Amino acid sequence: MAVLLLVPRFLPKPYHVGVMVWCGIHSLVCMGLSLFMGYCGQISLGHAGFCAVGAYMSGILTTRLSFSPSLALLFAFIISMIIASAAGMAALRVTTRFGSPPRLATVAGTIVSITVGVAIGLAAQWLTVRWGFRPVGSDASGIQTMRLSFSPWLALLAALVVTLLLGLAAGMPALRLRGHYLAMATLGFGVIIYVVVRADPGELTGGPSGFGGIPRLFPEFSIFGLVRNDEERWYYFVWGILIVLLVLLLNLVNSRVGRALRSIHGGETAAKAMGVNTGKYKIQAFLLSAAMASVAGSFYAHYVRFVNPDPFSLVLSIEFVTMVVVGGMTNLWGAIAGATVLTILTRYFRVFKEIGLLFDGLILIVVMLLFSEGLFVGGARRLSALVRSGCSKIRYLFGGATKSA
Amino acid sequence: MDLSTILQYIFAGIKIGSIYAMVALGFNIIYNTTGIINFAQGEFVMLGGMFMVMLSELMPVGAAFPVAVVAVVIIACIFEMAAIFPAKDASVITLIMITIGGSFLLRGAAMLVWGKSSFALDPFSPGESIDILGARVEPQIMWIIGVLAVVVVLLAIFFKFTLTGKAMRACAANRAAAGLCGVSAERMVLLSFGLSGAIGAVAGIVITPVTLVNYTCGPMYALKGFAAAVLGGLGISTGAVVGGLTIGLMECFGAALPFRGASSYKDGIALLVLLVFLFVKPSGIFGRAAISELKKF
Repeated sequence: MAVLLLVPRFLPKPYHVGVMVWCGIHSLVCMGLSLFMGYCGQISLGHAGFCAVGAYMSGILTTRLSFSPSLALLFAFIISMIIASAAGMAALRVTTRFGSPPRLATVAGTIVSITVGVAIGLAAQWLTVRWGFRPVGSDASGIQTMRLSFSPWLALLAALVVTLLLGLAAGMPALRLRGHYLAMATLGFGVIIYVVVRADPGELTGGPSGFGGIPRLFPEFSIFGLVRNDEERWYYFVWGILIVLLVLLLNLVNSRVGRALRSIHGGETAAKAMGVNTGKYKIQAFLLSAAMASVAGSFYAHYVRFVNPDPFSLVLSIEFVTMVVVGGMTNLWGAIAGATVLTILTRYFRVFKEIGLLFDGLILIVVMLLFSEGLFVGGARRLSALVRSGCSKIRYLFGGATKSA
Repeated sequence: MDLSTILQYIFAGIKIGSIYAMVALGFNIIYNTTGIINFAQGEFVMLGGMFMVMLSELMPVGAAFPVAVVAVVIIACIFEMAAIFPAKDASVITLIMITIGGSFLLRGAAMLVWGKSSFALDPFSPGESIDILGARVEPQIMWIIGVLAVVVVLLAIFFKFTLTGKAMRACAANRAAAGLCGVSAERMVLLSFGLSGAIGAVAGIVITPVTLVNYTCGPMYALKGFAAAVLGGLGISTGAVVGGLTIGLMECFGAALPFRGASSYKDGIALLVLLVFLFVKPSGIFGRAAISELKKF
């Protein structure tokens, strides 16, 4: 962890820190993807689509969309109702969990849950209105019109919800497929999103050229005066979130859920025979990875403060899969490592602009042929085998015929 | 919409649909013999067009055509020997990634060799567009339809009547049994890649006078060709042709839909069809569910 904190100090230029920020953003997607591809054993060639949804939603909601305060209030009300019912249901489960005698406990439980729900709902509404929206723009005559647009964090949440809904719609039928069919379905889904985003229905998505002016995600802060520039702020932000998520995901992976996912990878029929609800787990893994991709996309939108369709093509989806595979599919750390290594490599080769694509393909083929378990799992094994055989050969050479090989 | 407009759309649909059909045929051949989906198929199409453009400056069209096809066949075979053969027992994911990597590689190489610009060819027969019942039809479309017909017929003859063709079918049906009969599976796989490369190259050559070719045009052909193959039933050649023409027609009619910006969504139509079929009937129009269950994956 300390290493991560100190890295920006050692990097000479903000450009390099920027590259590390990209590593972080890509790692975010890859961690989620590794959960779905490595642990669960499926394949998805469409994750760039989720990133695109996140990025575009964040962009659109914070810049293109604006409504009058009453509409914003209505929206806040709806959100708080949703949160309230969710909180209420959660509270209800908590109170009835401890198996108290029926009638009184149920009444008490219901009262508690309603109170909790209403309290949380009111708080959510106040919070949403206060911090969820911000005043935007004035019209041509210079008069301040009272219109509100989403604030970045709320937009991020909204983008997340939209992505999850999309993921659900696409995932439920798609996850009944396997192998090549699933790969193609996810690929098609990702490209469809790219086509939709790239098309030009007027003002909303900006067509092939995209749009800009996306506001900042967080104000310019500085930790004890140590943070020098915007790149570093983003670096700490992204990698901080990454670490938190990593801890959470590691916890998940080592739990029952993680074992269930791995059992699906090992053999879906066998897992089903053991009572694992494969459908549910596959969808959940898919949605989780989609959520992480969406958040990463939103970060992208606020970091670059401009969105256009170009980065979100099929090539990006494949790059993500490459990163996961190179790092070792069944390995969360591997996903981060793969994303970092590959991002740095592609940025480096961007200097030799021409070779980039060819190099991508070459890496992919070579890695898949030699290290199909990823550089860090298979590679280590092969390396140690190589070393061992080398040592025994040397021993043979120097030890003479009496020593056995 | 009057008859001439409809006819115009139909011809446009057939024009591009024939290409998708040929790409789908290429997919089917490799799939039947090896069970792999070759994501680099679109690159074969692109390379066919590129080589043709390059060669037609050095020699007349009639000579450039076979040379270009042979060039792509050589590349396809090299690809098979270098990338597919060493990975023969690998998992589905590995093979998918390898073919994807191959497509990147070929695209990157094309960019290095030919640059990023688009190229065009002269149409094979000069002349004005023909007028059929009010629709203007370029002569090249006739070439395209003709080539598709020839390819289909030649493939049918090859698979049904020649020894090698029958050997490939045997390998596709049951590799081990075919091996016992003296069919070398490795050679059949190599042949299937070569054949797919040839068909792809032909498709690329024949479409370039109508649509420009540049180094990025491969993946779209591959995706839509695969959609066509799935639509018709993976591995079934009638299905490939029907699927290709259907998707071509749907694309062109879809672009004509009366809402604004419809033509930009054109590319998504094929993919939408693909998704719908994968969700609802993965075995395609002509495929049968029981058989597709038995396939490798």
